[in-house]
Amino acid sequence: MRLHYSFFVMFFFLIACVPQIPKEALQLSPESLQNRQLQTRYFDTEEKNLLSASAAVLQDLGFNLDESETRLGVIVCSKKRDARNAGQIIGSIFLALLTGVASPVDKDQVIRASLVTHPINIDTNDKIECRTAVRITFQRVVTNTQGLVSKQECIIDPEIYQEFFDKLSQSLFLEGHQI
Amino acid sequence: MKKTVAAISLCFFFFCLVACVPSTKQVLATSESQVSLRNIQSRIFDTSDKEKTLRTIIATLQDLGFVIDKADTSLGTISGTKLDRYALRMTVSVRPRGQTQTLIRANAQYQLKAVEDPEPYQQFFDSLSKAMFLAAQKVD
Repeated sequence: MRLHYSFFVMFFFLIACVPQIPKEALQLSPESLQNRQLQTRYFDTEEKNLLSASAAVLQDLGFNLDESETRLGVIVCSKKRDARNAGQIIGSIFLALLTGVASPVDKDQVIRASLVTHPINIDTNDKIECRTAVRITFQRVVTNTQGLVSKQECIIDPEIYQEFFDKLSQSLFLEGHQI
Repeated sequence: MKKTVAAISLCFFFFCLVACVPSTKQVLATSESQVSLRNIQSRIFDTSDKEKTLRTIIATLQDLGFVIDKADTSLGTISGTKLDRYALRMTVSVRPRGQTQTLIRANAQYQLKAVEDPEPYQQFFDSLSKAMFLAAQKVD
């Protein structure tokens, strides 16, 4: 009789275990303001200038353009790169020596960047008076040696954002001076 | 013993019933009716500024941790993906409704499944209406 029920319970779980959307997925998180500040900078220039300077920086960083909509100030680009990590490979070798089973390690990754500009102040007469915000977000999908997705995440590393914006201000300076 | 055999065969029967649906059925599959799905996924805002609405949607999606994939002003659509160990993809479309209103519709997929639960959409529109400084009205 007990076996009888256990089959139904097992069958129920088989159907019920379809993944559900997490409750907080579409809710503003407490970190969202902090992330916005991390990912946003303001520049005293018009939107068009900032967009073209941003596209140039993204090209400098080896990204290829996937999508752009200048009327909304959107640039989407991506690049595929190596994701091998020496530490992980050594760990996998040790594990293989101990257990005789080779565990998969990260192999490559697709990094996507999405850049959005937003005019704060528009002054058609005096371009110096213009002020535009720019927000960039990075995410990556890592695949392992078995060809399976091992990581899919948003990149939140203050150093990466700081470096990108440093490069962007340099690019704006270069574009401003037509170098 | 007979009951166990009956239980196993019943489970097997159900399994076959579930399994024998061809995967191409997914192309037009939906568990909700069109009307109720539109109700869950749509809200009306008192604005006629399409571009500003689109820009606010982009900002809200970014605040929610999405990376924008596509944007189109003429069609009035924005698509984004949120990766946080899971993949959540969302498309938001904007259509004018009369002279003074705008209808915003969002649809999302979580991993391999369409999101048809009203709550996540309610949360999204709550965040959006805060960013727009406008109240979201349900479609009648």
